[in-house]
Amino acid sequence: MEVSNIIFYLLCAMILGCGLMAVTTRQIFRAAIYLLFCMMGVAGLYFWMQYEFIAAVQIVVYVGGIVVLIIFSIFLTHRVGNDLAEPEYKRTLFAGLASLFAFLLFWSVIKRNEFFGEQPSGELSVRRIGEEMLNYKQGGFVLPFEVVSILLLAAMIGCIVIAMRAQTEKN
Amino acid sequence: MEVGLTQILFLSTALFFIGVYGFLTRRNMITMLMAVELMLNAVNINFIAFNKYLWGGKLDGVFFTIFIIAIAAAEAAVAIAIVINIYRNFGSIDAEDADSLKL
Repeated sequence: MEVSNIIFYLLCAMILGCGLMAVTTRQIFRAAIYLLFCMMGVAGLYFWMQYEFIAAVQIVVYVGGIVVLIIFSIFLTHRVGNDLAEPEYKRTLFAGLASLFAFLLFWSVIKRNEFFGEQPSGELSVRRIGEEMLNYKQGGFVLPFEVVSILLLAAMIGCIVIAMRAQTEKN
Repeated sequence: MEVGLTQILFLSTALFFIGVYGFLTRRNMITMLMAVELMLNAVNINFIAFNKYLWGGKLDGVFFTIFIIAIAAAEAAVAIAIVINIYRNFGSIDAEDADSLKL
Protein backbone atom coordinates (compact mmCIF):
# COMPACT_ATOMS: atom_id res chain seq x y z
CA MET A 1 0.00 0.00 0.00
CA GLU A 2 1.35 3.36 -0.94
CA VAL A 3 2.00 6.06 1.62
CA SER A 4 -0.39 8.50 -0.04
CA ASN A 5 -3.23 5.97 0.24
CA ILE A 6 -2.49 5.45 3.93
CA ILE A 7 -2.55 9.22 4.45
CA PHE A 8 -5.90 9.42 2.65
CA TYR A 9 -7.44 6.76 4.89
CA LEU A 10 -6.06 8.44 8.02
CA LEU A 11 -7.59 11.76 6.91
CA CYS A 12 -10.82 9.93 6.14
CA ALA A 13 -10.94 8.45 9.64
CA MET A 14 -10.17 11.84 11.18
CA ILE A 15 -12.88 13.66 9.21
CA LEU A 16 -15.61 11.06 9.74
CA GLY A 17 -14.74 10.34 13.37
CA CYS A 18 -14.59 14.00 14.39
CA GLY A 19 -17.70 14.80 12.32
CA LEU A 20 -19.64 12.01 14.01
CA MET A 21 -18.49 13.14 17.46
CA ALA A 22 -19.42 16.75 16.60
CA VAL A 23 -23.05 15.81 15.99
CA THR A 24 -23.44 13.28 18.81
CA THR A 25 -21.52 14.63 21.84
CA ARG A 26 -23.62 16.08 24.64
CA GLN A 27 -21.25 18.90 25.53
CA ILE A 28 -21.59 21.81 23.13
CA PHE A 29 -18.06 23.12 23.61
CA ARG A 30 -16.60 19.72 22.77
CA ALA A 31 -18.83 19.62 19.69
CA ALA A 32 -17.23 22.88 18.51
CA ILE A 33 -13.72 21.48 19.07
CA TYR A 34 -14.58 18.28 17.19
CA LEU A 35 -15.93 20.45 14.37
CA LEU A 36 -12.62 22.32 14.33
CA PHE A 37 -10.64 19.09 13.91
CA CYS A 38 -13.06 17.91 11.24
CA MET A 39 -12.41 21.13 9.28
CA MET A 40 -8.66 20.63 9.74
CA GLY A 41 -9.07 17.14 8.29
CA VAL A 42 -10.89 18.55 5.26
CA ALA A 43 -8.08 21.08 4.80
CA GLY A 44 -5.63 18.16 4.96
CA LEU A 45 -7.61 16.42 2.26
CA TYR A 46 -7.25 19.49 0.04
CA PHE A 47 -3.51 19.43 0.70
CA TRP A 48 -3.55 15.73 -0.21
CA MET A 49 -5.21 16.62 -3.53
CA GLN A 50 -2.50 19.29 -4.07
CA TYR A 51 -4.96 22.18 -4.02
CA GLU A 52 -2.92 24.20 -1.54
CA PHE A 53 -4.75 27.48 -2.09
CA ILE A 54 -8.14 25.96 -1.26
CA ALA A 55 -6.61 24.28 1.80
CA ALA A 56 -5.27 27.64 2.99
CA VAL A 57 -8.66 29.30 2.41
CA GLN A 58 -10.34 26.45 4.29
CA ILE A 59 -8.06 26.90 7.29
CA VAL A 60 -8.32 30.70 7.31
CA VAL A 61 -12.08 30.95 6.84
CA TYR A 62 -13.45 27.82 8.52
CA VAL A 63 -10.94 27.07 11.27
CA GLY A 64 -9.91 30.66 11.93
CA GLY A 65 -13.24 32.34 11.27
CA ILE A 66 -16.40 30.29 11.52
CA VAL A 67 -15.37 27.92 14.33
CA VAL A 68 -14.04 30.80 16.41
CA LEU A 69 -17.32 32.67 15.81
CA ILE A 70 -19.26 29.59 16.92
CA ILE A 71 -17.13 29.27 20.06
CA PHE A 72 -17.75 32.95 20.90
CA SER A 73 -21.49 32.51 20.50
CA ILE A 74 -21.36 29.39 22.72
CA PHE A 75 -19.69 31.48 25.41
CA LEU A 76 -22.36 34.16 25.04
CA THR A 77 -25.33 31.82 25.25
CA HIS A 78 -24.32 28.86 27.45
CA ARG A 79 -23.13 28.22 30.95
CA VAL A 80 -19.93 26.20 30.79
CA GLY A 81 -20.46 22.68 32.11
CA ASN A 82 -24.16 22.40 31.28
CA ASP A 83 -24.82 19.40 29.07
CA LEU A 84 -27.27 19.50 26.19
CA ALA A 85 -30.57 17.72 26.66
CA GLU A 86 -30.75 14.13 25.48
CA PRO A 87 -32.68 14.00 22.17
CA GLU A 88 -35.84 11.95 22.09
CA TYR A 89 -35.27 8.27 21.40
CA LYS A 90 -37.78 8.21 18.54
CA ARG A 91 -36.21 11.20 16.84
CA THR A 92 -32.69 9.74 17.08
CA LEU A 93 -33.90 6.41 15.71
CA PHE A 94 -35.74 7.86 12.72
CA ALA A 95 -33.05 10.44 11.89
CA GLY A 96 -30.39 7.73 12.05
CA LEU A 97 -32.39 5.34 9.88
CA ALA A 98 -33.21 8.07 7.33
CA SER A 99 -29.56 9.18 7.02
CA LEU A 100 -28.32 5.58 6.88
CA PHE A 101 -30.71 4.53 4.12
CA ALA A 102 -30.09 7.71 2.12
CA PHE A 103 -26.36 7.08 2.46
CA LEU A 104 -26.70 3.47 1.29
CA LEU A 105 -28.80 4.59 -1.69
CA PHE A 106 -26.26 7.22 -2.74
CA TRP A 107 -23.39 4.83 -2.16
CA SER A 108 -24.94 2.10 -4.30
CA VAL A 109 -25.39 4.63 -7.11
CA ILE A 110 -21.79 5.84 -6.85
CA LYS A 111 -20.39 2.30 -6.69
CA ARG A 112 -22.30 1.16 -9.74
CA ASN A 113 -21.25 4.16 -11.81
CA GLU A 114 -17.92 4.15 -13.58
CA PHE A 115 -16.17 7.44 -14.13
CA PHE A 116 -14.71 7.64 -17.60
CA GLY A 117 -11.47 9.45 -18.17
CA GLU A 118 -10.67 9.54 -14.48
CA GLN A 119 -7.27 11.18 -14.43
CA PRO A 120 -5.94 13.28 -11.58
CA SER A 121 -4.78 16.64 -12.84
CA GLY A 122 -1.66 18.27 -11.48
CA GLU A 123 -1.04 21.15 -9.17
CA LEU A 124 -2.94 24.40 -9.34
CA SER A 125 -1.05 27.67 -9.29
CA VAL A 126 -2.45 30.60 -7.34
CA ARG A 127 -1.52 32.83 -10.27
CA ARG A 128 -4.02 31.02 -12.49
CA ILE A 129 -6.77 31.33 -9.88
CA GLY A 130 -6.15 35.07 -9.63
CA GLU A 131 -6.10 35.56 -13.37
CA GLU A 132 -9.30 33.56 -13.85
CA MET A 133 -11.05 35.36 -11.01
CA LEU A 134 -10.54 38.78 -12.59
CA ASN A 135 -11.02 37.57 -16.16
CA TYR A 136 -13.93 39.44 -17.76
CA LYS A 137 -13.87 37.56 -21.07
CA GLN A 138 -15.86 34.43 -21.97
CA GLY A 139 -15.67 31.90 -19.11
CA GLY A 140 -14.17 34.35 -16.63
CA PHE A 141 -15.32 34.67 -13.05
CA VAL A 142 -15.38 38.41 -12.45
CA LEU A 143 -19.20 38.62 -12.25
CA PRO A 144 -19.66 36.01 -9.47
CA PHE A 145 -16.70 37.60 -7.72
CA GLU A 146 -18.46 40.98 -7.68
CA VAL A 147 -21.77 39.40 -6.67
CA VAL A 148 -20.09 37.66 -3.72
CA SER A 149 -18.48 40.98 -2.71
CA ILE A 150 -21.92 42.63 -2.63
CA LEU A 151 -23.29 39.66 -0.69
CA LEU A 152 -20.55 39.96 1.93
CA LEU A 153 -21.25 43.69 2.27
CA ALA A 154 -24.98 43.00 2.64
CA ALA A 155 -24.28 40.33 5.27
CA MET A 156 -22.04 42.70 7.20
CA ILE A 157 -24.66 45.47 7.19
CA GLY A 158 -27.35 42.93 8.09
CA CYS A 159 -25.37 41.71 11.10
CA ILE A 160 -24.91 45.27 12.35
CA VAL A 161 -28.63 46.04 11.92
CA ILE A 162 -29.69 42.85 13.71
CA ALA A 163 -27.29 43.48 16.56
CA MET A 164 -28.26 47.18 16.89
CA ARG A 165 -32.04 46.87 17.06
CA ALA A 166 -32.15 45.44 20.57
CA GLN A 167 -29.90 48.26 21.76
CA THR A 168 -32.24 51.02 20.51
CA GLU A 169 -35.29 49.28 21.95
CA LYS A 170 -33.67 49.23 25.35
CA ASN A 171 -33.20 53.00 25.18
CA MET B 1 -7.03 -0.38 -2.61
CA GLU B 2 -6.01 2.43 -4.95
CA VAL B 3 -7.59 5.72 -3.89
CA GLY B 4 -9.60 7.33 -6.66
CA LEU B 5 -12.70 9.41 -7.15
CA THR B 6 -14.96 6.68 -5.73
CA GLN B 7 -13.26 6.70 -2.33
CA ILE B 8 -13.42 10.49 -2.09
CA LEU B 9 -17.10 10.40 -3.02
CA PHE B 10 -17.66 7.83 -0.27
CA LEU B 11 -16.06 10.23 2.21
CA SER B 12 -18.10 13.23 1.09
CA THR B 13 -21.39 11.28 1.06
CA ALA B 14 -20.74 9.95 4.56
CA LEU B 15 -19.87 13.45 5.82
CA PHE B 16 -23.01 14.90 4.23
CA PHE B 17 -25.30 12.38 5.90
CA ILE B 18 -23.53 12.82 9.23
CA GLY B 19 -24.50 16.48 8.83
CA VAL B 20 -28.10 15.51 7.97
CA TYR B 21 -28.26 13.28 11.05
CA GLY B 22 -26.99 16.09 13.25
CA PHE B 23 -29.43 18.58 11.74
CA LEU B 24 -32.39 16.25 12.39
CA THR B 25 -31.49 15.23 15.93
CA ARG B 26 -30.11 18.44 17.44
CA ARG B 27 -32.52 21.03 18.83
CA ASN B 28 -29.92 23.61 19.81
CA MET B 29 -29.54 26.31 17.14
CA ILE B 30 -25.74 26.53 17.34
CA THR B 31 -25.29 22.78 16.94
CA MET B 32 -27.75 22.80 14.04
CA LEU B 33 -25.58 25.49 12.43
CA MET B 34 -22.54 23.25 12.97
CA ALA B 35 -24.33 20.38 11.20
CA VAL B 36 -25.05 22.69 8.25
CA GLU B 37 -21.35 23.57 8.08
CA LEU B 38 -20.52 19.85 7.89
CA MET B 39 -22.90 19.46 4.94
CA LEU B 40 -21.37 22.47 3.14
CA ASN B 41 -17.91 20.94 3.63
CA ALA B 42 -19.07 17.67 2.09
CA VAL B 43 -20.29 19.59 -0.97
CA ASN B 44 -16.94 21.40 -1.20
CA ILE B 45 -15.04 18.09 -1.15
CA ASN B 46 -17.23 16.87 -3.99
CA PHE B 47 -16.57 19.93 -6.14
CA ILE B 48 -12.82 19.76 -5.56
CA ALA B 49 -12.65 16.01 -6.24
CA PHE B 50 -14.61 16.28 -9.50
CA ASN B 51 -12.49 19.23 -10.56
CA LYS B 52 -9.30 17.28 -9.90
CA TYR B 53 -10.25 13.93 -11.42
CA LEU B 54 -12.65 14.73 -14.27
CA TRP B 55 -12.15 18.38 -15.17
CA GLY B 56 -8.38 18.65 -15.39
CA GLY B 57 -7.04 21.99 -16.56
CA LYS B 58 -10.22 23.92 -15.78
CA LEU B 59 -11.09 25.76 -12.62
CA ASP B 60 -14.89 25.75 -12.36
CA GLY B 61 -15.01 23.43 -9.32
CA VAL B 62 -12.34 25.45 -7.54
CA PHE B 63 -14.32 28.65 -8.02
CA PHE B 64 -17.54 27.03 -6.85
CA THR B 65 -15.69 25.97 -3.70
CA ILE B 66 -14.24 29.43 -3.09
CA PHE B 67 -17.66 31.05 -3.48
CA ILE B 68 -19.33 28.43 -1.27
CA ILE B 69 -16.76 29.13 1.45
CA ALA B 70 -17.38 32.90 1.17
CA ILE B 71 -21.16 32.43 1.32
CA ALA B 72 -20.80 30.01 4.26
CA ALA B 73 -18.86 32.67 6.16
CA ALA B 74 -21.58 35.27 5.49
CA GLU B 75 -24.28 32.76 6.43
CA ALA B 76 -22.56 31.84 9.70
CA ALA B 77 -22.17 35.50 10.67
CA VAL B 78 -25.84 36.32 10.00
CA ALA B 79 -27.03 33.11 11.67
CA ILE B 80 -25.05 33.83 14.82
CA ALA B 81 -26.35 37.41 14.96
CA ILE B 82 -29.89 36.02 14.75
CA VAL B 83 -29.15 33.33 17.37
CA ILE B 84 -27.82 35.92 19.82
CA ASN B 85 -30.87 38.11 19.23
CA ILE B 86 -33.15 35.11 19.87
CA TYR B 87 -31.22 34.42 23.07
CA ARG B 88 -31.88 38.00 24.20
CA ASN B 89 -35.60 37.71 23.49
CA PHE B 90 -36.37 34.16 24.63
CA GLY B 91 -33.55 33.40 27.08
CA SER B 92 -32.79 30.15 25.29
CA ILE B 93 -31.56 29.05 21.87
CA ASP B 94 -33.51 25.81 21.73
CA ALA B 95 -35.40 25.62 18.44
CA GLU B 96 -38.52 24.44 20.30
CA ASP B 97 -38.60 27.50 22.57
CA ALA B 98 -38.76 30.11 19.80
CA ASP B 99 -42.41 29.45 18.94
CA SER B 100 -44.11 32.84 19.18
CA LEU B 101 -45.15 32.64 15.50
CA LYS B 102 -47.13 29.46 16.24
CA LEU B 103 -50.87 29.76 16.75
